[in-house]
Amino acid sequence: MNGDHFLVLNPAGPVARIELHLIVVSIILVLIVVIPVAILLAYITRRYRDHPDNKAPYMPEWSESKVLEIIWWGIPVTIIAILGVYTAYDTFALVKPPEKNATPVTIQVTSLNWKWLFQYPEQGIATVNECDIPVNRPVQFVITANSPMNGFWVPQLGGQEYAMPGMAMRLWLQADHPGIFYGHGGNFTGRGYAKMDFHVVSRPSAQFAQWVQTVKKTAPALTSKGYNQLVSSQNNTPTLFYSSYPAGSFERTIRHQGGMYMQRDLTIIGASK
Amino acid sequence: MLPHYWPTPVTGDPLIYGADVSIALVSIAILFVLFYYKKWGWLWREWLTTVDHKKIGILYVIAALLMLFRGGVDGLLMRTQLAQPNMHFLESEHYNQVFSTHGTIMILFVAMPFMFALFNIVIPLQIGARDVAFPYLNAISFWMFFFGALLLNISFVIGGSPDAGWVSYAPLTEKQFDPGPGENFYLMALQLSGIGSMATGINFLVTILRMRAPGMTLMRMPLLTWAVLAASIIIIYAFPALTIALALLLIDRVAGAHFFTMGHGGNPMMYTNLFWIWGHPEVYIVLLPVFGVFSEVFPAFSGKRVFGYSSMVASLMAISIVSFLLWAHHFFTMGAGPGVNTYFGIASMAIGIPTGVKVFNWMFTMYRGRIRMTMPMRWAVGFIPNFVIGGATGVMLAAAPGDYQYHNSFFLIAHFHQVLIGGTIYGSLAGMYFWWPKMFGFTLDEKRGRIAFWLWNVGFYVTFFPQYLLGLMGMTRRIYTYPPGMGWTNLNLLSTIGAFLMGLGFIYIVWDILYSTMHRSELKDVTGDPWNARSLEWSLPSPPPHYNFAVVPTVTRRDEWWELKKSGRADVLRPTAQDIEAIHMPNNSGKPIIFSVFFFIVGLGFVFEWYAVIVIGLAGVLATMLLRSVEEDTGHHIPAEEVRHEEMALGRM
Amino acid sequence: MAVSNKDLSGVLARGQSAGHSHDENELRVAGFWIFLSTDMILFACLFATYLVLRGNTDAGPTPQQIFDVRGFTEETFILLTSSFTCGLATHAMHEGRRGGLITWLSITALLGLSFVGLEVSEFVHDVGVGATMQRSAFLSAFFTLVGTHGLHVSIGILWMISIMYQILKRGINATTARKLTIVGLYWHFLDVVWVFLFTVVYLMGVM
Repeated sequence: MNGDHFLVLNPAGPVARIELHLIVVSIILVLIVVIPVAILLAYITRRYRDHPDNKAPYMPEWSESKVLEIIWWGIPVTIIAILGVYTAYDTFALVKPPEKNATPVTIQVTSLNWKWLFQYPEQGIATVNECDIPVNRPVQFVITANSPMNGFWVPQLGGQEYAMPGMAMRLWLQADHPGIFYGHGGNFTGRGYAKMDFHVVSRPSAQFAQWVQTVKKTAPALTSKGYNQLVSSQNNTPTLFYSSYPAGSFERTIRHQGGMYMQRDLTIIGASK
Repeated sequence: MLPHYWPTPVTGDPLIYGADVSIALVSIAILFVLFYYKKWGWLWREWLTTVDHKKIGILYVIAALLMLFRGGVDGLLMRTQLAQPNMHFLESEHYNQVFSTHGTIMILFVAMPFMFALFNIVIPLQIGARDVAFPYLNAISFWMFFFGALLLNISFVIGGSPDAGWVSYAPLTEKQFDPGPGENFYLMALQLSGIGSMATGINFLVTILRMRAPGMTLMRMPLLTWAVLAASIIIIYAFPALTIALALLLIDRVAGAHFFTMGHGGNPMMYTNLFWIWGHPEVYIVLLPVFGVFSEVFPAFSGKRVFGYSSMVASLMAISIVSFLLWAHHFFTMGAGPGVNTYFGIASMAIGIPTGVKVFNWMFTMYRGRIRMTMPMRWAVGFIPNFVIGGATGVMLAAAPGDYQYHNSFFLIAHFHQVLIGGTIYGSLAGMYFWWPKMFGFTLDEKRGRIAFWLWNVGFYVTFFPQYLLGLMGMTRRIYTYPPGMGWTNLNLLSTIGAFLMGLGFIYIVWDILYSTMHRSELKDVTGDPWNARSLEWSLPSPPPHYNFAVVPTVTRRDEWWELKKSGRADVLRPTAQDIEAIHMPNNSGKPIIFSVFFFIVGLGFVFEWYAVIVIGLAGVLATMLLRSVEEDTGHHIPAEEVRHEEMALGRM
Repeated sequence: MAVSNKDLSGVLARGQSAGHSHDENELRVAGFWIFLSTDMILFACLFATYLVLRGNTDAGPTPQQIFDVRGFTEETFILLTSSFTCGLATHAMHEGRRGGLITWLSITALLGLSFVGLEVSEFVHDVGVGATMQRSAFLSAFFTLVGTHGLHVSIGILWMISIMYQILKRGINATTARKLTIVGLYWHFLDVVWVFLFTVVYLMGVM
C-alpha cells in the first residue's frame, strides 16, 4: 500500500483540494464525538461490571440529568452547525469556475455503453476513453449519457457528477500540474461497466495545442455512421482519437433523450456551443 | 397468445445447475420428512394457518435467518471474486446478479423480517395485549412477505436474477437495456412483500395506539414500543412511494409506457426520487426498532433505569419525521444545484443529532449501573463503537462536496454496511438472544454465542475498514473485477478474509442455536424472567400461553414488572381464580396463505408476461377477498375453566 | 325487520363488549383511516409523477387535444352525486331502514358503474385517435393516474355489492354497519381524489 494510491487524498487541482479540505474538516469534527465515546465506553464497561467486590457507585434509580443532556444535545448541534457552514460555502463555490482569470475550456462528455466519448467543441476533435486538458485552465465538463445513467469521476481532479440521458450536467475541474489521472464511471450501467475506466491527461497549454494539431492531422474523422456505431456497439473499446465529429451530435443527443423539456439543460447546451 | 419468456432452468451454466440440484434436494428432503412423519396436518394447523402473533414472529425469525444465509453467501461470492485482480471466479453477468440479489435480500428479506419478528414477538406482550389489532391481516403480512421472498429467490434458477443493483435505477432497468425477466422478478417480489409491510405498519400502529393495557399511558410505554410506533409511522408513509416507483417501472416494462425511459419524454430521475423517498426512511424503518432493542437491553443488564427516557422518546419521534426530509442525499451528484444540496446535506447531518443523543443515553444507562456481560449485552456493547463510526462517516457523507468524492465508491459501501450491520444486524441478534427464551422457553448457550460474537465482530472490522480506504483510492462499487497496480489488491484480500470470518461467525450462531436446542433441558427458563428484566413480557411464563395474559394487567408506572419485583409484590401480576374470565381469541384461517399464493401466481404471471396467469391469479385474489368478506368469523372464546386449568399447569396459580 | 336508531346503538354497544377486550369494529375503522392515508400518499406520488411528465408529449397528443370537457364534466357530476347517495345509504343505516339502505347503495353502485363506463369510453376514444399510453410520457402518466382512480372505483363497486349481499342476508348489525361505514369512507375518499384529478389533470389541462 503506497500513499500515492489514495487518489482522493492526493489532489491535483483546486476542486479536489477544496473537497479534501472539507473531508479533513469533517473528520476532525466527527472525531470530537468518536474518541470520547470510545474512551467513555471502555471506561464504563470496565468500571461498572457486576461482580461482588466492585466498589463503584451503583445508582439504579438515577436516570435524569439536565446538565448532561444539555451537553450531549449541545455538542452535536455545535459540530453540525460548524460543518454545515463549511458545507454550504464549498457547495456554492464548486459550481463556479475554479479560477476567474484564465479562459475556460469546454469539453463535452458522453457516457456510452461502455466507454466515454469526449468532444471538444472549441477544437473540433473527439476522443474515446482519454481526455486531454491544458494545465491551469478551468475545464467546463458538460456531461450527458447516451446510455443508462453513469457518473463521471476523476478522483484526483475532483468529485463526480452523474451522466444522465437527456440532461446536460456541468462540472468544473482544473489540473495544477501535468500528469495522467485515473477516472472511472461512478454509477453502474451494466455488463461492461467494470471496465469503463479512462484517463485524463493534463499538459502545459502549448503542448495541449500541439496535441490538438496532431490529432487533427493524424486521426480519422468520426462520421455519423461511426458515432452511431460507438453508441450501439455495446462493448469496451481502447483509446480512440478523431480529427472531427458530426456537428451538433452532442446537443442533438441531449435534446432527443429528453433535454427538450428541460430549460436548464437547454441553456447549458446553448452556453456551451 | 405466445408467452414472452419461458423459464430456463437449464442453461448449461454450472452455477445454475448446482443451485437447481441443491434446491431440488432440499425440497425432496422437506417433502420426505413431512410425509414420513405425517406432519402435514400439524404444519397446516399450527403454523400455516396461524394468526398467533408469537408464532408469526417465529416464522419471521426463521425466514430472516435463512435469508441471511442466502444473502451472506452472495456476499462471500462477491468477496471471493474481488479477492485478487482479474479473477475469473464469476463473470460480469453473474457478479451483477449476485450484488443485486445480495442488496435486495439483505434489506427487504433479512432486515425487514427481523424487524417484523421483533414487532410480533415482543409488542403485544410488552403492552399487555392478547394479540395484535388485526391478527388475520398479520398472517397476510407474513405470507405476502414469504411469497415475495420466494419469488426473488427462485429467479436465479428460473429465468435469471435481477442484475441492476438493489436500487434498480432506470433507464438501465428498462426493457431496452435489460430485456430478461430478472428485473420483473425484482419488481414483483418487492411489490408483494411491500404490501405485507404496509399492512404490518398499519397493524402495529393501531395495536400500540389502541390495545395497551389499562394504565399504560404513552409515557409509560417501554422504549421498544415507542420505537415500533415510530417505525410503523415511517412504514405507512414511506412504502406507498416504493409501490408507485415499482408499479410505474413495471408498466414501462410490460406495457411499453414511458415513465422512466430514454426518449419519448420519459424522466429517469423521477424513479430515483420516488425510490429514495421510500429508500431513505427505509433505513430508519430497520434502525428505529433496534434502537428500541438496545433501550431494553442496556437497562436490563445494567440493573438500572434507562437514562433520559423523555429525550429517547423525543429523539425517536424527531428521527421518524426528519427521515422523510433527506432522501436527496443519495444523489448529491444528480445536479440539483447548490441550494438543494446544501439543504439536504445539513438536514442529513442534523439527523445525526438525535441519533448521537441516544448513544450517550445508552452509555449513561450503564454508568453507575451493574453490567452483566450476557449475549444480548455483548451485541449491544459491540454495537456502540460500530454505530458511532458508521454515524460519523454518515455525517462526513452528508457534507455534499465530500460526497462528490465518496459517492458510489467503496467508502460508501463501508459506511452503510457499518450502520446496517453494526446497527440492524447487531440489534436483531441482541434481540434474538434476549427474547429467545421468551419464544422457546430456553436460553441460547453463552460459550458458543461468545465465539460467534467475536468471530463476527472482528470479521466485521477486517471486512469494512479496508473498504473505507479502497474508496479513498478511487475504487467504485459494482465492479466485478479490477486491474492490478491500483494499490487495491492487498486491501481487497484483507476484506475478503474478514468476510469469511463473518461467515464463520454466522455458522457459529447457527451452531449455537442447534446446540442449545439439543441441550434445551439444561438451558430451560423456568422463571419466565431469565434476565431479571423490566417490562411486562417477563412477568409471563416462557413461552407464554396462547392467550398471553390470563388477566390483563393494570399498569401504574414505567418498568412496572421491575418495580413490582423490587417491592416484593411480583405476585400481583399472577392471576387469581376469580379474576379469570372467558377469553376471546381470533380463529386460525387458511385464507391468508391461499390469498398470498394467488398473489404469487400474479407475480409469476407478470415476471414472464403470461397474461392468462395474471388473470387467473387476480381472480383468485379477488375471490379469496370476497369469501373473507362474507365469512362470519367472530373468533372463539376460551372458557374460563380451560384458562384456569392452563394457568395451574404453568404453576401460576 | 327495521331496527330503530336506539336499538342499533344497543347493537353497536354489545358489539363492543363482545369483541376482544377492545372494540373490534372501532379498531377496524381506525385501521381503515390509516389505510386511506397511505392511499392518499400513493395518489400523491402519482400526481407528482403526472405533474413532472405533463409537458413531455414527445410531439404527440397534448392535453388540450384529447380532453373532452363535456365528458369529464359528466363524470364529475356522476361521481359527486354518487358520494351524496352513498351518504344517504349510511343515513338510512343509522335509521335502521334496510330497504332505504339497499336502494341508495344500489343507486351509488350504479352511478359508480356509469362513471367507470364513461371513463372506459373516454379511454377507448383516446386510443382510437392514437393517444395510447405507449405514445408519450404524458400519456403514460395520464392513463396511469386516471386509471388507478378508475380501478379504485371498480373495486369499490364490487365491495358494495358484497356488502349489499351481506346486509340482505344478515340485516343491519354491528358488523355490517361497520362494513358499510368503511366502504362509505372509501367512496368519499375516492370522490375527494377525483376533485383533485378534475382540477389538476382536466381543468389545468384544457386551460
